[in-house]
Amino acid sequence: MYNDKVMAQFANPKNVGYIENASGYGKVGNASCGDIMEISLDIDANGIIRDAKFRTFGCAAAIATSSMATEMVKGKSVEDALKLKNADVVEALEGLPPQKIHCSVLAEEAIKEAINDYLSKK
Amino acid sequence: MRRIYLDHSATTGVRKEVLDEMLPYFSEVYGNGSSQHSFGRDAMKAIDEARRKVAKAINAKPNEIYFTSGGTESDNWAIKGAIYANLERGKHIITSAIEHPAVMDSIKFLEKELGIEVTYLKVDGEGIISLEELERAIRPDTVLISVMAANNEMGAIEPIEEIGRIARARGIYFHTDAVQAIGAVDIDVEKMNIDMLSLSAHKFYGPKGVGVLYRRNGIRVKKFMNGGEQERNQRASTLNTSGIVGLGKAIELASENIDKNNEYLASLRDSFVEKLISRVDNIRFNGPKDMTKRLANNANFSFEFIEGESLLLRLDLDGIAVSSGSACSSAALEASYVLLATGVPIDIAHGSIRFSFGLENTMEDVDYTVDKVEKIVGDLRAMSPLFKRIDGGEFNV
Repeated sequence: MYNDKVMAQFANPKNVGYIENASGYGKVGNASCGDIMEISLDIDANGIIRDAKFRTFGCAAAIATSSMATEMVKGKSVEDALKLKNADVVEALEGLPPQKIHCSVLAEEAIKEAINDYLSKK
Repeated sequence: MRRIYLDHSATTGVRKEVLDEMLPYFSEVYGNGSSQHSFGRDAMKAIDEARRKVAKAINAKPNEIYFTSGGTESDNWAIKGAIYANLERGKHIITSAIEHPAVMDSIKFLEKELGIEVTYLKVDGEGIISLEELERAIRPDTVLISVMAANNEMGAIEPIEEIGRIARARGIYFHTDAVQAIGAVDIDVEKMNIDMLSLSAHKFYGPKGVGVLYRRNGIRVKKFMNGGEQERNQRASTLNTSGIVGLGKAIELASENIDKNNEYLASLRDSFVEKLISRVDNIRFNGPKDMTKRLANNANFSFEFIEGESLLLRLDLDGIAVSSGSACSSAALEASYVLLATGVPIDIAHGSIRFSFGLENTMEDVDYTVDKVEKIVGDLRAMSPLFKRIDGGEFNV
């Protein structure tokens, strides 16, 4: 059902965790739907994302997209990170089953929410 | 890598004794059972022998056994066939909220196509229907009661003998999907007043693609598969000789060894349940707590704070095959309707796994699996934003 790239991210996810006193924090989804994604960002004075961590309750696709999305925004400016689309995450994972595309949407939303949290605090 | 198969409720491997009986019926005794010549008669002889074995296993008459392509076909035929043949008697079906999709979807089809009215019996926290509720649900136009003998997800064994008694007293047909029950629960269609029963060979170490519908003589059921006059002109299609022979041998072995097999499977299952509960916190054992009221090979757990598919796939990476209670592969991402019906909260239902043991499993498999489950659940919880709550950290809702 999942390709090797997705399974690799799922089996060894990057950036698992939670950043204390994060510059930006976002959490999307709900347990009754079976997916919750939480992303915390460490953003420096120049607006560059130094670190990104995630914690996810969800299926393999949710974990893989969380891992990939956090990898993709690290080192980016918040402006560039805001441009991240779910399709970019899917492409980086070389595809997801159709019924799992919503996981990549959650990842995009979680990143956006974390960045908006940062911007609102500025 | 070590590989452990703990998904016997999904399917089982064909036993060697069964395969050995089947093999001559591919290339040696290959006649069409309906042919009049000796090639055909040889095939039919083997088919009728298998028919006798099935009849004996469930205490039916051989001419009440109809071979089909499996459990799903048998369920479809029983339900649609009985309703279509008895439309003048009424338009009401009683079933349970936890039936297999083969039953559920057949009934939904009739709701849509014929305007059949359906009562879905609730189940209690252990997955068992209420006989009082069944009695109350009966209407003058009730034609059929269809309640499974044992549930495929959390293993609850339903009170089919009592259901049969109620159905018979009220002159209502009683069908039971016994796909999970054969080889695990003693079935006697006479004693239990069962009018129709579905079974499938691959659930008890027989081949896939072959099953049976038992139909009590005198029951009116419309022919489902049109074509030739096989199966007393009730089910067309060339008889699957090798599959039927395999089914016959498999059901014979299953029913002869039912107590011994149940004892062995329960020893594995009980040890697994005990060890898992003692080593992993925040888990919920689903289905009957009274082990005599559930299939001997079934354990179903919900693991709080994690999602079932992740656990299933991580176990698979470690060579352990289980089944996820959550139908996460469906587009709607729905949690198991069976577990929800037993009152498992929806967020917890998402983290459910069925472990179904089989005869080739060992106590070493149990210990290995407990170790892996403990580790993987820990890993996934460390990754879960829900787990923070009991971690002592703050929890942002």
